[in-house]
Amino acid sequence: MSMSENWINVCEPSDLVDNSGVCALIDDVQVAIFKICHGDEQHLYAMSNWDPIGKANVMYRGLVGSVMDEPFVASPLYKQRYKLTSGECVDDESIQIAVYPARIVDQQVQLQIVN
Amino acid sequence: MTTNEQLTRIVVVGNGMVGHHFVEQLIQQSEEVYGKSHFHITVLSAEPRLAYDRVHLSEYFSGKTADELSLTSAEHYQQLGVNFQVNARVNDIDKQAKTVAIESGETLSYDKLILATGSFPFVPPIPGNDQPHCLVYRTIEDLEAISASAKVSKVGVVVGGGLLGLEAANALKQAGLKTHVVEFAPQLMAVQVDVSGGRVLKDKIEELGVEVHTQKATQSIETGEHSRYKMVFADGEILETDMILFSAGIRPQDKLAREFGIAIGERGGIVVDDHCLTSDPDIYAIGECALWNNFIFGLVAPGYTMARAAASNIVGGDVAFEGADMSTKLKLMGVEVGSIGDAHAREHGALTYTYEDQVSGVYKKIVVNPETNKLTGSVLVGDTSDYDTLLQYALNEIDLPEFPESLILPSFGEGAPTLGADALPDTATICSCHNVTKGDIVASLDGGACDLAAVKSCTKASTGCGGCAALLKSVTDSELEKRGVEVKKDICEHFAYSRQELFHMVKVGQIKTFDELLEKHGTGLGCEICKPAAASILASIWNDFILEKPHVTLQDTNDTYLANMQKNGTYSVVPRIAGGEITPDKLIVLGQVAKKYNLYTKVTGGQRIDLFGARVEQLPLIWEELIDAGFETGHAYAKSLRTVKSCVGSTWCRYGVQDSVGQAIDIENRYKGLRSPHKLKIGVSGCTRECAEAQSKDIGIIATENGWNLYVCGNGGMKPRHADLFATDLDTETLIKYIDRVLMFYVRTADRLQRTSVWMENMEGGLDYLKDVVINDSLGLAAELEQQMQHVVDSYQCEWKSAISAQESRKRFRQFVNSEKTDSNIIFVEERNQIRPATENEVNNMLGTAKPVAETASTINIVEVE
Ligand code: SRM
Ligand SMILES: Cc1cc2nc3c(=O)[nH]c(=O)nc-3n(C[C@H](O)[C@H](O)[C@H](O)COP(=O)(O)OP(=O)(O)OC[C@H]3O[C@@H](n4cnc5c(N)ncnc54)[C@H](O)[C@@H]3O)c2cc1C
Ligand code: SF4
Ligand code: FES
Repeated sequence: MSMSENWINVCEPSDLVDNSGVCALIDDVQVAIFKICHGDEQHLYAMSNWDPIGKANVMYRGLVGSVMDEPFVASPLYKQRYKLTSGECVDDESIQIAVYPARIVDQQVQLQIVN
Repeated sequence: MTTNEQLTRIVVVGNGMVGHHFVEQLIQQSEEVYGKSHFHITVLSAEPRLAYDRVHLSEYFSGKTADELSLTSAEHYQQLGVNFQVNARVNDIDKQAKTVAIESGETLSYDKLILATGSFPFVPPIPGNDQPHCLVYRTIEDLEAISASAKVSKVGVVVGGGLLGLEAANALKQAGLKTHVVEFAPQLMAVQVDVSGGRVLKDKIEELGVEVHTQKATQSIETGEHSRYKMVFADGEILETDMILFSAGIRPQDKLAREFGIAIGERGGIVVDDHCLTSDPDIYAIGECALWNNFIFGLVAPGYTMARAAASNIVGGDVAFEGADMSTKLKLMGVEVGSIGDAHAREHGALTYTYEDQVSGVYKKIVVNPETNKLTGSVLVGDTSDYDTLLQYALNEIDLPEFPESLILPSFGEGAPTLGADALPDTATICSCHNVTKGDIVASLDGGACDLAAVKSCTKASTGCGGCAALLKSVTDSELEKRGVEVKKDICEHFAYSRQELFHMVKVGQIKTFDELLEKHGTGLGCEICKPAAASILASIWNDFILEKPHVTLQDTNDTYLANMQKNGTYSVVPRIAGGEITPDKLIVLGQVAKKYNLYTKVTGGQRIDLFGARVEQLPLIWEELIDAGFETGHAYAKSLRTVKSCVGSTWCRYGVQDSVGQAIDIENRYKGLRSPHKLKIGVSGCTRECAEAQSKDIGIIATENGWNLYVCGNGGMKPRHADLFATDLDTETLIKYIDRVLMFYVRTADRLQRTSVWMENMEGGLDYLKDVVINDSLGLAAELEQQMQHVVDSYQCEWKSAISAQESRKRFRQFVNSEKTDSNIIFVEERNQIRPATENEVNNMLGTAKPVAETASTINIVEVE
């Protein structure tokens, strides 16, 4: 199957919270979905909900912001920041969280989960 | 114009970092002594270029050009009147005739000769070590060769696991090679780090995908089968690789001294005295080629000191080289490593304290003298945030705190106690590269420098290895503040303002939302620092419901969910129990709710009851029941008033002189919900015996025969501080008026996350000033402060009550937007008849077999463990 067909419907756009995260369960995978609004622009990001340092499923409850114009989410447990675009940890370059493509199509929030 | 003949002729052999520093020093010192340059200086560089920053050589791989690394330029030397030649290796010295010759055959006369020939990389005598892809790491040309080789290689091996070896390994890894480090010794960085530290370091580096092979002696380098080469080790094992980088130590470049009769040490190095004079009275040696007191210093800072000493000797000054501190701090492949003084605890009677956290890979050791009052050494791996403080303890022989281990034990929340800039003596060395003391910084400020950049350019502090940057900043800031200069306290990259300034803008500009504040005064999206700070300011001033749409995403995560997140992602529930007084009926409700939701129950240090282990989706259900029973939120999650602790007081106690419980309850109800820069705690005791420990609170109230004594700005916690007596024998009305004013003044003017004690201590004029503002109304603010407090009191709402009645905010309390399932990773075990989070090991054991997923929101995974 080609990548582009792997989009999964997750929820409705109204389930998302502006400038914050929600969590979806896809099979056994917990995915944090963030909607970032800045002026007229809107971006959707998705990453694993597992905090690799705090070791708990909490990433979606983190605070979002930007560092040098890069959007990030800060772990709610110990506050490490992760880039929403790549999942890289800003505060510890050796750590990374898996990120997934996300989009809104036909009034559906869709994710692409490739293992 | 003076002719060259009248000037002393100085020839400098080698234009490395130290040779270059010597040139600058000589010119500067000469100008100080003679008012002008007194010398005719010629610099001879064997390399095809003038001096560059070898310390930051690796940045070449991350894109820095040779130009950007250079420390000087042809124009600069011309301006200084310095003659120079590149590609000019000296190969002859005639001590009698006082001449040197370079390879081209040209000879030059000198009055004073400076050998600054540095060192060369040691390549172990292994058969096959001279093949094309066997390289070293010292010069820009070496790096060019490594880059070229890396392009046609897949695997790279660094021979040598010292500081430079690891830096080289990082470069190979960044170039995309599968990287190995081969070390002869049993551990990495054996010079700077002890065995345990070496083990932690090895683990960390291996986690990054670099393979570390310790205790490996390479016997030969042969043609490989899959790769270009094959390394054969003494134990018979082999390692295939396409390129090899030798970083097995450095050797002093003492060839000239050896060949032309200048004394060298048994194991090499040009012998020098405290003035860096060699055995010949007109020849000096400085930097890595020099052997002082039988020691070679392989760092740039001691080399710079030698350069200063030699220059001083030539101009008739008295700067001497008296050894140097070899402490280092660095970040290798993102792994922080620090080493101070007697890292291996080899001094007689040395005692050590160690802390190791295997979970996150942090190792810290301090070495102290037998009296345990002075720090003599330290090893830090994985976290060097304590380095500056420890180094200052060691260098300045500052007395250690009573429990030296407190310096390395983790402290959650606000970081280890650091040594304030003020505690350092004027003689404390701040920058060892440029020998800048705290006194020098003070002098530069007295001389007109008015910010950090000026201090830097005037003292050169922090322009060498850069290791002192943080310390330099804190010393400069603190000195500037003493002079009444306002030091920028920008709260983060999004706002160029302090918390106090933001407060003012919000208030005066009638700003009601973060977006508005950001649009008017900030940039970017905001962050985890400015958002909660703004949320707190907005709440202090307008006191709108914090989960309302414009505010909800600003809150620290605990405020967003109106509960304190625990280590496994569940929450604690803390209802307010004002003054610690609770009816049996309410106590029963707490018990029933705890039982129904199977929550761990504990009495807190703040005289109330905490229910732990609630899942995010259970919070609204739990609070619905609590609110029905008459409870309200305890704000345990917020930077706001926490508890007012009381003792039982005159109602029951035979010594009590006032109703402390009643007073505590009234006060708690007045200030509950007040958002403040940090949390606030209050205590009320019924008599001077002080059973409520009121003097350890932000606001302490102690009953007297005639009323109440008010204490302010105390706290417990990490750095306990007794509150100061503020006013005596107050009636309740005046008491409340004063507390209103103190707290609101604090809310308006403190920095973010600043407790009242620190706020007051940093306030110019301190306690007396505060008294003046509050009691004498010296700023004419009193009425406004009281009014503002009254607004907060009048607009109080129980946030939980508001949260459960609004559908929109209730929606936030879901684990999944698309499923009713619960987080399968939250697993409890039973202990002492209650639940507790399973440890990581317990979880792994359980998940290894089956993955329990609870089906509905109310089921809980409890697993019995042996
Ligand atoms: C629950 C409790 C411990 C207990 O089981 O007794 C507790 C729990 C926490 N304390 Fe505390 N402290 C508790 C009483 C105290 C006390 C004693 C008191 O209030 O009389 C102190 C010393 C008094 C003081 O603050 O001056 C105290 C000093 C701290 C500090 C150090 C503050 C400081 O200025 O040094 C922190 C860290 C911080 O705030 O940055 C802290 C931080 C915390 C945090 C927020 C740590 C965290 O980030 O998880 C804990 C929240 C857990 C939770 O879910 O509620 N806790 N903490 C106590 C709750 C009291 C309450 O009913 O609200
Ligand atoms: C990759 C790397 C990272 C480093 N990191 C740090 C660090 O973080 N902190 C730290 O303190 N130190 C560090 N160092 C060490 C630091 O660079 C040296 O201590 C410092 O450069 C020594 O200066 P020097 O002038 O004595 O020698 P060099 O810089 O080696 O200069 C000697 C110069 O003399 C020339 N020369 C030799 N013989 C002759 C001759 N016969 N005629 C003419 N010229 C000659 C050489 O070609 C060379 O250019 C690092 C070194 C390297 C290689
Ligand atoms: S409750 Fe307080 S003292 Fe206890 S571990 Fe948590 S922060 Fe530390
Ligand atoms: S200590 Fe090296 S720059 Fe200051």
